[in-house]
Amino acid sequence: MVQIALFLGCLIPNRYPGIEMATKLCLSKLGIDVTDLRGASCCPAPGVFRSFDSPTWLTVAGRNLALGEEMQRDLLTICNGCFGSLADANRTLKEREDLRKKTNVHLQMINHQFKGTIDVRHIAEFLYSDIGPKTIKESIEKTLALKVAVHYGCHLIKPSMERGLGSFERPHFFDEIVEATGAKSIEYPDKMECCGAGGGMRSGFKERSLAMAEHKLSKIKEAGVDCIVNACPFCHMQMDHGQQEIEKTFGKAYNIPVLHYSQLLGLALGFTPEKLGIHLNAIKNQEFEEKLASSIEV
Amino acid sequence: MNKNNVQEQLKEVGIDILKCMQCGMCSGSCPSGRHTSLNVRRLIRHACKNPDVLRKKELWMCTTCYNCQERCPRNINIVDAILKIRTIAAHEGMILAEHRHVIKLLIEYGHAVPIDEMSMNKREQLGLERLPETVHKYPEALEEIKTLLKSCNLDKILDHDS
Repeated sequence: MVQIALFLGCLIPNRYPGIEMATKLCLSKLGIDVTDLRGASCCPAPGVFRSFDSPTWLTVAGRNLALGEEMQRDLLTICNGCFGSLADANRTLKEREDLRKKTNVHLQMINHQFKGTIDVRHIAEFLYSDIGPKTIKESIEKTLALKVAVHYGCHLIKPSMERGLGSFERPHFFDEIVEATGAKSIEYPDKMECCGAGGGMRSGFKERSLAMAEHKLSKIKEAGVDCIVNACPFCHMQMDHGQQEIEKTFGKAYNIPVLHYSQLLGLALGFTPEKLGIHLNAIKNQEFEEKLASSIEV
Repeated sequence: MNKNNVQEQLKEVGIDILKCMQCGMCSGSCPSGRHTSLNVRRLIRHACKNPDVLRKKELWMCTTCYNCQERCPRNINIVDAILKIRTIAAHEGMILAEHRHVIKLLIEYGHAVPIDEMSMNKREQLGLERLPETVHKYPEALEEIKTLLKSCNLDKILDHDS
């Protein structure tokens, strides 16, 4: 049985707990032994903390990584920010002895040590590589008759040299696990474009950050889909809660439902939208809810 | 302000922005630049010669999407350069009030986005515990974060006048 430690981060447990629930339900149903990384903190958020002070970023990330090492489990992230931050910190601390030593001086104060014995994974690439679209397809109980706009988000695939997940211009692995649920991934212009939330933009320049999201939403709307599927709660918040902010700021209403991949997979594995926290999203779309209720059973 | 120029400090961490040929691939690839005054090509040119790049608000308009870095024909790690320039700026007290707030949240709660009452209710509604298995639930774990942040002197960044 695959064993993994779930790294929750901030936004999922503290703003979108439906994604936490959906992830736990899906992984258990797929026969994965998943347990929370107890006592974890912020990853810490790469756009801001890595900007401010790299040693602090490495040290706090180093503690989260050390917790996983102590459990002898790889860390599974469900957020692109956590993935980018922890994977980059893990690689840096493994490769750079000088930085590892400096970080461990801090960690020794709290009786932890970074050794470099585990890997950091992201749920999208983990499900694609270790479980595979074929197994997912065989595991589903409901074929989802949905047209989906897949949003990868930036830090899942870039910097591509470090991530090693293939083309950053036209990747396909995420689309494949989406389509394993029966849903159809619809192509749309600027599919690989940023949602506008990262790097401290959403907190620092809210209105411009929303303008970026609005551009993306307009392309998705034109493509004609039932929902957006992402793999990151920051993109999720920007595109879900962001739609309400966009309506207030620019007077444009999109009303496009937004799901994290765990929630889409959860639907296909037979869980109800309520169980997966889909009704707790900011966007309520009755047409979509009716469609979910009538999705074809296998 | 550190009189040493920014370009030299970047060189020390292995980023040579003088390799830039000003082709504009970066600004052409920049999703933020379509909606903001950020022009990455100009920002890099500025950083090559002028330390007042530290004061540019555009420095903070990068979402770190990495398009520019991926596509740069001169293989300049542009996002890494921007992050490094931000670090120099932050250590000289040039940091947005909103970002100062995020630092305070991490220092106090161990989360950049701490839990609130509404989200605790949502958790309960889903059948999850009100507090997640993070530093929120374990005070001794939060103490560890506070010890680390103190040891790293993160609060020093907040000492500067805004």
